[in-house]
Amino acid sequence: MTAQITPQPAADTLERTFLEIRAKLLELAADLDRIERGAGFEAVRDDERLQNIRKALQVLLEPGTDRAERVQMIFSDPYDPHWAD
Amino acid sequence: MYYIDPHVHMVSRVTDDYERMARMGCVAVSEPAFWAGFDRSVEGFRDYFRQLTEFEPKRAGWSGIQHFTWICINAKEAENVSLAREVIQMIPEFLDRPGVLGIGEIGLNKNTRNEATIFQEQVDLAARTDELILIHTPHLQDKYKGTRMILDMLRRDSRIAPERVLIDHVEEHTVRLAKEAGHWCAMTLYPVTKCTPARAADIIEVYGDDRIMVNSAGDWGPSNPLAVPDFIQEMRRRGHSEARIRKIVYENPLEFFRQARNFQFTPPDTEPTESAVGV
Repeated sequence: MTAQITPQPAADTLERTFLEIRAKLLELAADLDRIERGAGFEAVRDDERLQNIRKALQVLLEPGTDRAERVQMIFSDPYDPHWAD
Repeated sequence: MYYIDPHVHMVSRVTDDYERMARMGCVAVSEPAFWAGFDRSVEGFRDYFRQLTEFEPKRAGWSGIQHFTWICINAKEAENVSLAREVIQMIPEFLDRPGVLGIGEIGLNKNTRNEATIFQEQVDLAARTDELILIHTPHLQDKYKGTRMILDMLRRDSRIAPERVLIDHVEEHTVRLAKEAGHWCAMTLYPVTKCTPARAADIIEVYGDDRIMVNSAGDWGPSNPLAVPDFIQEMRRRGHSEARIRKIVYENPLEFFRQARNFQFTPPDTEPTESAVGV
């Protein structure tokens, strides 16, 4: 199943995407700052969505090649194999 | 490069979009039946199916694009079971029309029992009428659970050949499930809520280029009918071969569509006949 047909060397990908990654991180940092300095932040500090965002950020710090899939699963409802019963 | 957009809701787009798509190399589109932004009556569906099979192919043709379509009641309106059953009864009237590829886009939206009931009834219709099936998987937090439920229902119906089913809107956490079940897959390039061209290229690099395609799902919401050319550009930037890109954006949709009993496609490099050019 796994094809792994990445033609671009890691160094080239880093070169091409570094500024985009930096920009995305800054955007994310600013988004979180904006939420935290907003009125009534205490009421949403433990909001499930913010908790999931924190879990997703932890995944980004871990090594691996399946981080996108793992982040998707953090934001996914659980599946019950007996749903039709 | 010639390409096919295998999922785009052109009834929601202006004629200028057809023209811009043609200029970017689009030679064919397939248009699934979907939600119009409001719930309709049975007669509203009949008018919609007429639009999909009568006027839309003509409008696409003005830009030299071949138009194919899919007929169904979508998951959102399927929550109304009695309405859905009336629409399902009407669907066979349209299945033999030129350009109709099958039943779609059926699926789940909020993963409810009513949606699952109507999904299975439309799968049954497809099995009885020998139609291909195009499946919408839910968005966001519902996608993983909904995709698993859909695959469960397909697996339980032994009449359904996996290779005659396209699972749409797959992402990183659902593509493996659909491919391992033997189905075709499509990735939707859609701002914010679905896949980007870069992530779609990543998925190709990890899972390969067999039984997979990309689409814009352009519709009445924020969407980009030129998203497939964006994907082509992303693949080129990464150094993928023209042959691989062409396989994903042109040959794979054709290979899947050729299974439809109604599919008649004229390749873009076909010489026009004398009668066609009015000689």
